[in-house]
Amino acid sequence: MMKSCLAAAAILLLVAPMFALDGEPTMHDPSTLIQAGGKFYVYATGNGLPAFVSDDGWTWHRAGSVMQAVPGGRPGPDVIARGGNNTWAPDIIRVGDKYFLYYAAPGTQPKAAVGLLVGKTLDPASADYKWEDAGPVVSSDGVEDSNAIDPGVLRDPTTGTLWLTYGSYFGYIRLVELDPKTGKRLHPEAKPIDIAINSEASVMIFHEGWYYLLVTHGACCAGGNSSYNIRMGRSQKVTGPFVDNMSVGMLQGGGKLFAGSSGRHIGPGHFGLLDLGDGVQKFSCHYESDLDRGGISVLDIRPLLWRDGWPVAGDNVVTGTYEIESARTGTALEMAVQGVPVGGARGRGGRGGAGGAAGRGDAGLVPPVPPQDAAQVSGNWPAGAVDARMAPYMLQAQQKWAITPVANAGGYPGSPYFKITIAGTDRALAATADAELVVLPAFTGAPEQLWRIDQLTDGTYRVMAKAVPDAKAPLALSAVGSSTPTLAVFRADSDRQRWLLKTP
Amino acid sequence: MKTIHDAFLPALGALALLCGSPVLPFAAQQPAPARGPAPSLNGPASPTKAPDAAGFLQRWLLLEPIKVAGQLTDSAVQAIVKKEYFPFTAMPHDGDKVSVGDESLTWHAVDTIAYNVNLFHFAYALNKPTSNVLFWAVTVVDAPRDMPGVRLAIGSNAASVWWLNGQEVIGIYNDRQTVIDDGVSTRVMLKKGPNTIRAAIVNAGGATDFCARFLDAADSPIKGIVVRLDKE
Repeated sequence: MMKSCLAAAAILLLVAPMFALDGEPTMHDPSTLIQAGGKFYVYATGNGLPAFVSDDGWTWHRAGSVMQAVPGGRPGPDVIARGGNNTWAPDIIRVGDKYFLYYAAPGTQPKAAVGLLVGKTLDPASADYKWEDAGPVVSSDGVEDSNAIDPGVLRDPTTGTLWLTYGSYFGYIRLVELDPKTGKRLHPEAKPIDIAINSEASVMIFHEGWYYLLVTHGACCAGGNSSYNIRMGRSQKVTGPFVDNMSVGMLQGGGKLFAGSSGRHIGPGHFGLLDLGDGVQKFSCHYESDLDRGGISVLDIRPLLWRDGWPVAGDNVVTGTYEIESARTGTALEMAVQGVPVGGARGRGGRGGAGGAAGRGDAGLVPPVPPQDAAQVSGNWPAGAVDARMAPYMLQAQQKWAITPVANAGGYPGSPYFKITIAGTDRALAATADAELVVLPAFTGAPEQLWRIDQLTDGTYRVMAKAVPDAKAPLALSAVGSSTPTLAVFRADSDRQRWLLKTP
Repeated sequence: MKTIHDAFLPALGALALLCGSPVLPFAAQQPAPARGPAPSLNGPASPTKAPDAAGFLQRWLLLEPIKVAGQLTDSAVQAIVKKEYFPFTAMPHDGDKVSVGDESLTWHAVDTIAYNVNLFHFAYALNKPTSNVLFWAVTVVDAPRDMPGVRLAIGSNAASVWWLNGQEVIGIYNDRQTVIDDGVSTRVMLKKGPNTIRAAIVNAGGATDFCARFLDAADSPIKGIVVRLDKE
């Protein structure tokens, strides 16, 4: 099975719906996202290797093509000779003061090569911006059990060694060691190591003593008929063998599912790790078909979780009404007003399961108690600003928060900023100048009323104010006590700033 | 171990505070049946007392309980604690009396042997009610320097309202048990010298107690403060 470019799709510009990336995220086979100079960059399949840049990881813009900065404007002659003239599926890594950009240069597959470009900066506006052709790194001759495309590069954090995986369906996913000084093969005479089969878009990541090989299975490039899905195995050695959760080797076609089609997105593929630090990890991928964008292929960035030693694909927060519960205390964020029991004051009913709504002992069926919303109980709420506090969650209106994306307010990798309001009202959670919290009577769009919500690797959430007046560092919603929320610098080693979002 | 008994001789209690001598056991002028001493409370034996290792304030002046309705909602508790039975800003002393209706209630200086102050022990030993009551507690924290950005952190059974140097800084309501750092103030300043902490704890029934400490910017107990029961 071979892949093809989506050149037509790449030129489509659509207005982004709220829960996919904004701007121009139309692409196929994205590289690992990389941060440099306060910006995010990603490169993709297409004529000249399309480049994309984002100031915040949410809104993306096309930034020309890599080959525009390569002498000759195309792969070098040795790359073309051993592979072909196409430019697909790049991956990128920074090593020291250099960027190594690996890309697939297939000819008539499975004759293909992986080429290397070396640059000093990713900023096209920099005087130092250019990419030097460093020639082919690996190739396949069209007969051997390999299709040398889809490079994925790993810097082993335990040894500093550099590794390249590559391959696509025809034969094996293969592994070679690279020279961190040059980006080329460290032992060009050595036979590449076969580590997986029946897959493509391979890349390795390292986590707590294990190497994880993530690959893409299924069929690409057929829009909504694409069965692309991301699978994985792991090994305690960088060279494998990689096995899945059922001990099936990836050389025998094994692979635990990491991400498949879901929601409005069909065919995730081309995993890339984005480690933002402080326990916040995300992954990038493309969907073969984003149904909210007419079925074209787009980039997405989603939370990366870890569970029982395996990465888990998280989902970005979606519009909804939530209980915001402290992982530290188990108490829920609420607007500090006197609560009203749901359904009003009632007895518990008769013992043994039967009971009347008004008290004990009235046997027989009783009607359900309807949910409590703000309209039922807000008559006694103060009109102005109200403190925020925490309390045991009891399904009351002042404890239910509507989380809603805010258009044109910017964002962060994977999501726009949100407003957090008492459901059914416009009363908005806000940061104060003294780094505390308040619930304002109305949302105005001010930065201190905008919230960044990142799912952490344990599945809890970090909730950060976009801006806190006079604060020197970003501040996160923090449970300083069972009943008291505040804002504080995020600490990954504590549950203080970890929150659960539960659907009431 | 010294223990608080079912009553104090105010003068001797004051003497004990000053010279560290044991609080004498209850003399026979009280008509109530004798009860055992409060097992967790002692009479102070030194002019000052440092917080315990976890930062909890262990020396307090407690007023014998005031009978109230015992409702614990926000509004009911606020109404209860805002009723003035004595000059709010005046610093009480061990043995001072407060008239509430036809009752005469006494302030008692106590040290707790635990992180918390057990108000049930306190009231029971005095043969006073423990349900549907309001307790007032006052202490003074002496800070060696200005300490900005700290927080008063309390827990109480049940609802309670807290003031630092006359400013209301915490209110927690409804029926609840004492949990360390349940209610925490916003960032406040402990000024150099004496700082007065007042608490009003409302209990509806059953156990009743409270705990309090100060936390620094890292949520760790602050060090270097001492507790005293006067502002001198």
